[in-house]
Amino acid sequence: MREGVFSARCSFVRFYQPANIETGKFIAKYAITIELNNIMEFETVIGLEVHAQMKTKSKIFCGCSTEFGAPPNTQTCPVCLGMPGSLPVLNRQVVENGIKLALAVDAQINRENRFARKNYFYPDLPKGYQISQFELPIAEHGRLEIEVNGAKKTIGITRAHMEEDAGKLIHDEREPKSYVDLNRTGTPLLEIVSEPDLRSPEEAAAYLKQLHAIVRCLDICDGNMQEGSFRCDANISLRPRGQAKLGTRTELKNMNSFRNVQLALEYEERRQRDILLDGGKVTQATLLWNPDTNRTEAMRGKEEAHDYRYFPDPDLVPVVIDEAWIERMRQSLPELPKQRRLRFIEQLGLPEEAAAILTASRELADFFEQVCAAFNNPKKAANFICTELLREYAPEQISECKVQAGQLAALLTMEEKGTISGKIAKTVFVEMLASGTDPEQIVKEKGLVQMSDEGELLAAVQAVVAANPEQVQQYREGKTKVMGFLVGQLMKQTKGKANPQLANKLLLEALGLGTEAGA
Amino acid sequence: MNLHTLTLRQAQQKLAAREITATALTESLLARIDHVEDKVRAYLSLHPEQAMAAAEQADKKLAQGQGGLLCGLPLSIKDVLCTATMPTTCGSKMLEGFIPPYNATVVEKLLAEDAVIIGKVSMDEFAMGSTNENCAYKDKIPHNPWKLGYVAGGSSGGSAASVAAGECLASLGSDTGGSIRQPASLCGVVGMKPTYGRVSRYGLVAFASSLDQVGPLTKDVADCALLMQAIGGHDERDSTSAKKDVPDWSAALQDGVAGLRVGIPREYFGEGLDAEVEKSIRAGIAMLKEAGAELVEVSLPHTEYCVAVYYLIASAEASSNLARYDGVRYGRRAAADSLIDMYRQTRSQGFGDEVKRRILIGTYALSAGYYDAYYKKASQVRTLIREDFAKAFAQCDVLVSPVTPTPAWPLAQKADNPLALYLSDILTISANLAGIPGMSVPCGFSAEGLPIGMQMQASHFNETALFQAAWNLEQRAGVKGRMPEI
Ligand SMILES: [Zn+2]
Repeated sequence: MREGVFSARCSFVRFYQPANIETGKFIAKYAITIELNNIMEFETVIGLEVHAQMKTKSKIFCGCSTEFGAPPNTQTCPVCLGMPGSLPVLNRQVVENGIKLALAVDAQINRENRFARKNYFYPDLPKGYQISQFELPIAEHGRLEIEVNGAKKTIGITRAHMEEDAGKLIHDEREPKSYVDLNRTGTPLLEIVSEPDLRSPEEAAAYLKQLHAIVRCLDICDGNMQEGSFRCDANISLRPRGQAKLGTRTELKNMNSFRNVQLALEYEERRQRDILLDGGKVTQATLLWNPDTNRTEAMRGKEEAHDYRYFPDPDLVPVVIDEAWIERMRQSLPELPKQRRLRFIEQLGLPEEAAAILTASRELADFFEQVCAAFNNPKKAANFICTELLREYAPEQISECKVQAGQLAALLTMEEKGTISGKIAKTVFVEMLASGTDPEQIVKEKGLVQMSDEGELLAAVQAVVAANPEQVQQYREGKTKVMGFLVGQLMKQTKGKANPQLANKLLLEALGLGTEAGA
Repeated sequence: MNLHTLTLRQAQQKLAAREITATALTESLLARIDHVEDKVRAYLSLHPEQAMAAAEQADKKLAQGQGGLLCGLPLSIKDVLCTATMPTTCGSKMLEGFIPPYNATVVEKLLAEDAVIIGKVSMDEFAMGSTNENCAYKDKIPHNPWKLGYVAGGSSGGSAASVAAGECLASLGSDTGGSIRQPASLCGVVGMKPTYGRVSRYGLVAFASSLDQVGPLTKDVADCALLMQAIGGHDERDSTSAKKDVPDWSAALQDGVAGLRVGIPREYFGEGLDAEVEKSIRAGIAMLKEAGAELVEVSLPHTEYCVAVYYLIASAEASSNLARYDGVRYGRRAAADSLIDMYRQTRSQGFGDEVKRRILIGTYALSAGYYDAYYKKASQVRTLIREDFAKAFAQCDVLVSPVTPTPAWPLAQKADNPLALYLSDILTISANLAGIPGMSVPCGFSAEGLPIGMQMQASHFNETALFQAAWNLEQRAGVKGRMPEI
């Protein structure tokens, strides 16, 4: 079977060589189909390393603010500047965040935590070492459940450890100069390392989204990928299906969105497969994703093998985490996305898909529940939010939406009571999104209340019948299709406010048929 | 009046009685410095104006009866402690002219008690050395006030020499492997390395973080207790500082030593111990017995590994602690064309040979493939050394021994033989490895007129036992109050 694949590939190469550009394009299409088949022959192995910047007021080892965007080097002190004689003091909130994450991913919590020094020279690292964890990280052996195309899968989490972030270098484009901003230095990070359990870029993206939802739900990280507060590096390798030994991997960096993570992995998966199919060898390397060219590129400058010379940091005492502390953290945990999803399905009767969408972010799930508090039809609320609201806002951006949950509940109530039609409700919602105005006010001001008064509607029906004798005649001759045209005319006449069921009934009666016929 | 001969306590009494003023006291010490500093060379930087301003403030407070514990008392500070108004060079070209943006916690405490800081005293570069000859400022290598041309010891050589020569009333030093006790012994002053965690390390420029401790060098035991009282205690800026109350050591001094169990560690009286030193220490032990102490022979079986363990752990930590001197933010920066070259040139030019040697040893000990054999093994043996002490302190309260195998030696004599110098630290480094308090108390003199100190060690946080034993020895040894002729 594998030989077959190789020969297919070879014949393509032979065919391609003499071809002109036009045939080249044609062949390229073919090549893609062939390659898609080849995916079956290689197994992709991906592991992700996530750096989640923690949402603490102050840095991990000093009292400086962690606020993003302040003028360079204004949020610094002797400790985070690495001044001679300064000493770190651990921010306990960081440990609490670590415990929360460990509990959320069912990881084991190490009762004795140590910090270690990771030694290397770089201008954004003031002490010449990063304080991290090495031998005893706060969490080990966790797991996370993901779902891709309806299939559930558990991904192992090797470890999560606490560490400090480095500063930032700003390179001058015009001259060979770099500037150092140490505001970020000492910002607490949780590094969360997955097992190489991910088998496709889709799975990697699903895992990342799931982890993202968890850290945001726990309120330990703001999850902003653009600002770098949720960063992801990926290791990817390919191996012939069935082979136990892992192939040579490359490490991908600089992917600052879920989409880029998936695109970069897809690109790298193709690139490595091409190399392997050509009989080549993948070189171990660190590659940067370039979102402008949609390619991975080798990092500038030669790579050096680092020996970080980890050893226990003598400036920090071991952190002992006892049962009582863990229990306190367990009590403080919010409902996790997975638990919430199940509750939405079991208690509110939502379909699985809607439940998954609504729990993609804590804000969205909260919003949905607030709507349900004032509007007792969760399925309808879920449906409206999934289609109308999420068309405009991503699950993480719900807080930016001008419509309050109470206002949406009021709108849905008006629709359910028949005050307005479903179609009108959607129009009103667009207006609400733009202005934040109450739905009652919009409906009142624009006179959008549904016409449900039989007398009033009958006059409109009679007018439509009188104005369209030709179509009425056709209908009576059995061409029932024109009914649609007549309903349209009626809606036009009533500016869309006619109660659809009542309009239908009256129209049928006016055409000389009873309600039975219309039913 | 020769005010420079006063102890802290004597000066305190005279200030309280209005016999003298802080200004007069400080002026007198500055005059003394003028007179002898050419020969002693203890100070890296002198700050007479700041000192006089502080003395004037102290006089105002004394007049109002509001002075702190050390009000108006002129002190010197080892140049390894950060001072926001004075350069802090650590005896290195790397930090030439460097003024830290903050005061070390111990400096803050001295200032809060209204002490007068005269200046910063010499030391081996980054506290690495036993003779002070590793100071990068070669014209600032202290001479032993008892015999010019002889070493003052190290790395707190400037502290010991300035106290012995009457260039200050007392000094603060730091001790990583004997750096307070050894120069104190060689210069005939009292020096204490407190229990690890007793005194804050915040603002003490790190050499080896798990071993470093700040402590006093004084003319007598009572002064040592007074200064410890001022600098001891928990500091929330140092995670390794202990949450322990500071006892009233001054009040406990005269409690006597009746029933105190004095341990004599067999291994500390071995080969290579100078006969005069041994004789003096044995005499001191006899005095303690006379005073009512009970003598016990004890064993510290892992003593022979101390030097190896110490040089691995201290150098490993130093290799990391000194990585921050990279030319990027402060201190020296060499001109270079690339980042790597800038690092290389800055560190090649800024560090002296001994510092480079230890950075290399430490880097090697932590490297992949060597970590287990060196750093890890050393940490394991360190645990055994701690256990040695725990067993010994089950049998006794205070361990007594020499501080150094010999009295002071001529400058330059051992400068080219680092291994011989490392071995001379054998009696002091175990206290740092175990984290216990240690002290050097003047015990006698050699025929040549060089001071000999007795080392006393106690269990963790039992400085009280040290002060009691030391005070009783001091009362009997008959060397208290002697000052060298310069
Ligand atoms: Zn800071």
